[in-house]
Amino acid sequence: MLIRRPPKISPLEITPEASYVTRRRWLKQAGIVSAGLTLPMTPTYAGLQPDDDITPERIATTYNNFYEFGTGKDDPAEHAHNLTTDPWTVTVSGEAKKTGQFAFEDIVKGLTPQERIYRFRCVEAWSMVVPWEGIELSKILAQFEPNGNAKYVEFKTLVRPSEMPEQRSVFSTIDWPYVEGLRMDEAYHPLSLMVTGMYGKPLPNQNGAPWRLMVPWKYGFKSVKSIVSIRFMQQAPRNTWNRLAPNEYGFYANVNPSVSHPRWSQASERRLPSSLFNPNRRPTLPFNGYADEVAGLYAGMDLAKFY
Amino acid sequence: MQWMFGVSLAMPAIWLVGQIGLDLVYPGSYLGPDAGETVVHYLGQTALIILLLAYSVSPLRRLTGITMIARQRRQVGLFAFTYVCLHALSYLAFYLEFVWSDLLDDFSDRLYIAAGLGSLVCLTLMAATSTRGWQRRMRRYWRVLHRLVYPAVGLALLHLWWLTRDGYGEVVLYSLWFLVLSIERLWHLPRFKRGWPA
Repeated sequence: MLIRRPPKISPLEITPEASYVTRRRWLKQAGIVSAGLTLPMTPTYAGLQPDDDITPERIATTYNNFYEFGTGKDDPAEHAHNLTTDPWTVTVSGEAKKTGQFAFEDIVKGLTPQERIYRFRCVEAWSMVVPWEGIELSKILAQFEPNGNAKYVEFKTLVRPSEMPEQRSVFSTIDWPYVEGLRMDEAYHPLSLMVTGMYGKPLPNQNGAPWRLMVPWKYGFKSVKSIVSIRFMQQAPRNTWNRLAPNEYGFYANVNPSVSHPRWSQASERRLPSSLFNPNRRPTLPFNGYADEVAGLYAGMDLAKFY
Repeated sequence: MQWMFGVSLAMPAIWLVGQIGLDLVYPGSYLGPDAGETVVHYLGQTALIILLLAYSVSPLRRLTGITMIARQRRQVGLFAFTYVCLHALSYLAFYLEFVWSDLLDDFSDRLYIAAGLGSLVCLTLMAATSTRGWQRRMRRYWRVLHRLVYPAVGLALLHLWWLTRDGYGEVVLYSLWFLVLSIERLWHLPRFKRGWPA
């Protein structure tokens, strides 16, 4: 497959910041807060609560976990500018008809990103509300025509120690690459998004350029960044955090206030920005507030066991 | 001399008060988007460093021969205790918002919280008996009680080890600091100096 340079994005294709802000305000005033899935290029407000104010862009792009660039929250924004995202090759393998090496721009060609405003809940008990732009994951995956044996899909982040300082660190115990995975029915759920932009701009490196997963009813660590490998599997992949601390992190990682965690109580969260005198603490909702949409995926499962 | 040590040890707290003040004027610019977390971590890190400094006083006296340093041990220790208290208080205020039932959950479900509390209990006993009066009253038991500094530092380090998810550089550094000074102490035990008994 020929790897081409990406086409220049026409300015006409990008929603200007001012216009989506106005659109959002209008939708809010009109009381449209819980519309279902909508037509392309219309923002989706699935399960958005009335007090879900959009987190300032500066916070969402400078306060991140992206351990490849360091374990501090400001490390990604500080170091990720060194990351080369063009050219970007993605390896597709496993239980699918079309496997091999693909150029990122060929995979997303012809698929128009939609804006989706999702709550984002980190396992560290903080949360944000972020306007993402992305393509439904099902549309990405369907291109590779997974076969009947594909029960799970695994994603891997880039390994490039020359540009990712924590991958060079002797004090890191992570066995790179960072691995995450979903059950196929989770991956094909319409809320599952492959994100290519945020706040009306291309995805910044520190947020996982050129593309990252966004599964809004799961803790943030499921939403793997800077993906270079997609593998369709019969068995569940062992995700990175589960390998490091199986008593703390399961495969599912659904947001669940009733499953206690050995580091952070998951009963509540601090919605950022959180200041000393206005901590903005609120109760955490089952499935991060998307229970109506996704609880059916786990019917009959003991979620305290499959955490 | 005493007051110079005191001012130096108070500097981290003074600096924090300044940051909090500035953050009130320019929200988010000085304490970041998760201000409570910033304050809890800053106080915890400061507490551990000053606790290790207190632990370093006696070895430093032995190393340099400057006896004046030894007189600072109580003050450094009390500053460490104060920072540990502020750290615990900030955790209660900003993480738990003083919901006491959450505190019980934290003790039962989160071992690192229990380790931190263990360290605080040791330091409280030491701080409460830190005066000359108590030193006199307890006589030789005072030295025994103040060996609680070993579990106090040990539990504080365990607290940090259990908290760390990855990027172990910082906790390894502090642990080495503790380890080296502990070996130095063993070395100066009277029986080491006399040589092993036959």
